[in-house]
Amino acid sequence: MKLIYEKSSPGRRASVIPRPEGLPAPEVPEELRRSDPPRLPEVPEFELVRHFTELSTRNFGVDTGFYPLGSCTMKYNPRINERLAALPGFARLHPLQEEEGSQGTLELMWRLQEILAEVTGLDAVSLQPAAGSQGELTGLMLVRAYFASRGEAEQRRKVVIPDTAHGTNPASVTMAGYELTHVQTDARGNIDVDDLRGKVDEHTAALMLTNPSTLGLFDENIEEIERIFHGTGALMYYDGANLNAVCGISRPGDMGFDVVHINLHKTFSQPHGGGGPGGGPIAVRDILEPFLPVPAVVRRGEGGFGLDFDRPQTIGKVRGFTGPFGVFVRSYAYIRMWGPRLREMSETAVLNANYVLARLKEAYDLPFDRLCMHEFVLSARTLKREHGCTALDVAKRLMDYGFHPPTIYFPLIVPEALMVEPTETETKETLDAFCDAMLAIAREAAAEPELLKDAPHDRPVRRLDEVRAAKRPVVKYGFEEHPQADAAPAPAATQSPSGV
Amino acid sequence: MTQHPFLALTDADREQMLATIGVGSVDDLFGDLPEAVRFRRELDLEPALSEQEVFAHVAALAEQNADASRELSFLGAGIYDHYVPAVVDTILQRGEFLTAYTPYQPEMSQGVLQAIFEYQTAICELTGMDVSNASGYDGTSVAADACYVAKHATGRTKVVVTEATNPQVRQVVKTYAAGFGLEIVEVPHRDGTTDPDELERAAADAAAVIFQQPNFFGCLEPAPELVARAAEAGALPMVHADLLSLGVLEAPGRYGAALALGEGQAAGNFPSFGGPHYGFLAAREEFIRRMPGRIVGETVDTAGERGYVLTLQTREQHIRREKATSNITTNQTLLALGGLVYLTWLGPQGLRELGETCLSLATYAKQQLAERAGLEPVFSEKATFKEFAVRVGRNAREVVAAARERGVHPGYALGRDYEGLDDVLLVAVTERRTTDEIDRLADVLAEVAR
Repeated sequence: MKLIYEKSSPGRRASVIPRPEGLPAPEVPEELRRSDPPRLPEVPEFELVRHFTELSTRNFGVDTGFYPLGSCTMKYNPRINERLAALPGFARLHPLQEEEGSQGTLELMWRLQEILAEVTGLDAVSLQPAAGSQGELTGLMLVRAYFASRGEAEQRRKVVIPDTAHGTNPASVTMAGYELTHVQTDARGNIDVDDLRGKVDEHTAALMLTNPSTLGLFDENIEEIERIFHGTGALMYYDGANLNAVCGISRPGDMGFDVVHINLHKTFSQPHGGGGPGGGPIAVRDILEPFLPVPAVVRRGEGGFGLDFDRPQTIGKVRGFTGPFGVFVRSYAYIRMWGPRLREMSETAVLNANYVLARLKEAYDLPFDRLCMHEFVLSARTLKREHGCTALDVAKRLMDYGFHPPTIYFPLIVPEALMVEPTETETKETLDAFCDAMLAIAREAAAEPELLKDAPHDRPVRRLDEVRAAKRPVVKYGFEEHPQADAAPAPAATQSPSGV
Repeated sequence: MTQHPFLALTDADREQMLATIGVGSVDDLFGDLPEAVRFRRELDLEPALSEQEVFAHVAALAEQNADASRELSFLGAGIYDHYVPAVVDTILQRGEFLTAYTPYQPEMSQGVLQAIFEYQTAICELTGMDVSNASGYDGTSVAADACYVAKHATGRTKVVVTEATNPQVRQVVKTYAAGFGLEIVEVPHRDGTTDPDELERAAADAAAVIFQQPNFFGCLEPAPELVARAAEAGALPMVHADLLSLGVLEAPGRYGAALALGEGQAAGNFPSFGGPHYGFLAAREEFIRRMPGRIVGETVDTAGERGYVLTLQTREQHIRREKATSNITTNQTLLALGGLVYLTWLGPQGLRELGETCLSLATYAKQQLAERAGLEPVFSEKATFKEFAVRVGRNAREVVAAARERGVHPGYALGRDYEGLDDVLLVAVTERRTTDEIDRLADVLAEVAR
């Protein structure tokens, strides 16, 4: 498919910019004036719409079909959220509007804070971080500020992370200026408590833990872990990426965690947008509240709401204004449509995951044979050893059956990992169709492994050469010098599975 | 209980599924949770609402706000009320874009991958750079990202930021800097812009210099001179730019900037009380392997057809973990897509005309404020783009309150961020403002200022 730049022709345009009569001439000092115009596309509006519509047909979302991408919670995103976020009272509200002129917005944020505090079992919330990773970094800044206030900042330099952690955890540790201590996973998929005991001491600042873990397993030793950390005066950070498993069932604050980030784009239905936006609010225990980012959204006397900048111990700001407000509208509306029934949401997510696991565990390797929470990790190790088919091949073949593949090769401790998260969305029929496809693929691996290795057959492109892309990076269109788009038609799809 | 509209399982489904799993009840699935951490009451939340109830409730909250459709607004200070064309909404509401995630599986995601490639191209064209990432959170966090690039590229531990750079950008950079082990040094403004000599002195031993063009006061910095002086001192010159100024103002890459970055909101996103928006970050070729965040590259498939993938992933957290160039994962792709659609809608002519209209309207506003209200620009010697600072003769916050009672938000009170500017208002004029509206601003200020 052509790039929009390859559809451009000089003189075409989609916009008309108003130019009131009688205005003074636009003047820019000569030395600051643009020399050559940027080569933006020149297309009429209908070509623009057709181009991006065609692009959209080459993309797959939750609206298109089943998207069991582990650890990403690809659930249905209700359309009412979009209507609400687009209301002029929100969309056209300037973030520097006076408090008196933004009461509805402030109230919505305050209410969302209260809800998140209840769901996490903690005392105070800041909505400011823009995504989970930024929430992590903010949380670690709070930990540092807390220890600095106690004169322990120099002493406590280490953050403990299990080997199953998301890559964002260690990256955030480095960006926060901390040192990493790795801890292993035991034979049941929990943190190895014996390994842990030897690694936590008066130099430890915090633990970062996802619970349930990226294996989809709830840590059975969480009480002991809590005693180990709090016993040395260290704090506990909860990566809320997997909160969809435990809403109304178990709260991070009750597990002993002191800081939590919540991924609004996972648990609370902000659409993922092809990569973002997200929202990464943090909830904290009262001892950390003084350090939260400014401004804080507060309720004032007589029912009004305001922004409080007067927080002398604050870490500062991690993002502009009060955070990604449009995301808050969507998540707030979503939660209000569940109320206390959020528990049912999480229970269903866990039920769906266990059902799919039960149907698949004979055909794929299961590294930790337990019931799972909202997701589970299988391994294609046996398929690889016996038939030469990898997790990547399974993933690509799933595309032929019309499903988005699971997360693959993560967590790192499971070879040939396939990480499946069905979410609470989905009918039993869809779950069964996915299971049937996975089982069929396992059989195909034995009978006709080329079907997997050549997959996908039906997508707009065949398997892409990622090594070539990284070796000689072409990261923008080269205009006159750009290599010609291959004009040859795509090969006909001949091997799509029947009956799907 | 009524079946929840976001769930699908029937009682019969549930029974069959539990039987397949081999447990008796849903509660049995949670056997791994120690009793002490199980939540044994109901969440203390208000009862579930239907769609029409939630609409009524949330719409009533929106009604309470004085947004730009209800109040004539000249607020800017980093977020601007530019027109967002209908095609942006149309494309962003396509479910295939809206409800997809990061394109880890390129064969499922050619649409968004190609769109990001086109976005990267547009950002590089506007800024005169060689490589752009797929977006950062906003105009503040990309500045912190840029500091991290500079620290590792130069091995130096100081970053210079001009005082005429957006205060929120400075505050975020300072907040991040502690963890990065960076010291942040500010260079004061002199009558609204930065003095090149002072900047050069401060830049000695610095990893980078960040300044904003047009700056926070709306003034045009002597950008080529500032870049040259920073480079002279061995610091990486970084320009925090307004994309919509780049049809009339020179591309930072053309005058030697190492990185160009900024807030993308003005180009294709609604103000939305501060987000979500996209931050853009672009750099010269030599920094490509130090860039934070997603980057899309071109490649071919097994049949030789052109296609797009996430590339240079060894920079990123999911591969490199603690040695990654950033922890960013979820970014602002949908908002950046909005930016691409908007910039395509504008085209090169539209972008230039938009810049010219803003320039002319702002000049007109200065004239009217002088003529009708007797108010003069604070930094009268300095050229501006779409925003300018004006002295209002009394506390500007009081002026804002009094003008709002007359239905006009006259701008941002600079005293909120700058000492000595308590009586100064920062007035932003976009192409959405008409001359009649500007006249009205001038008339209202004539009543309430001084």
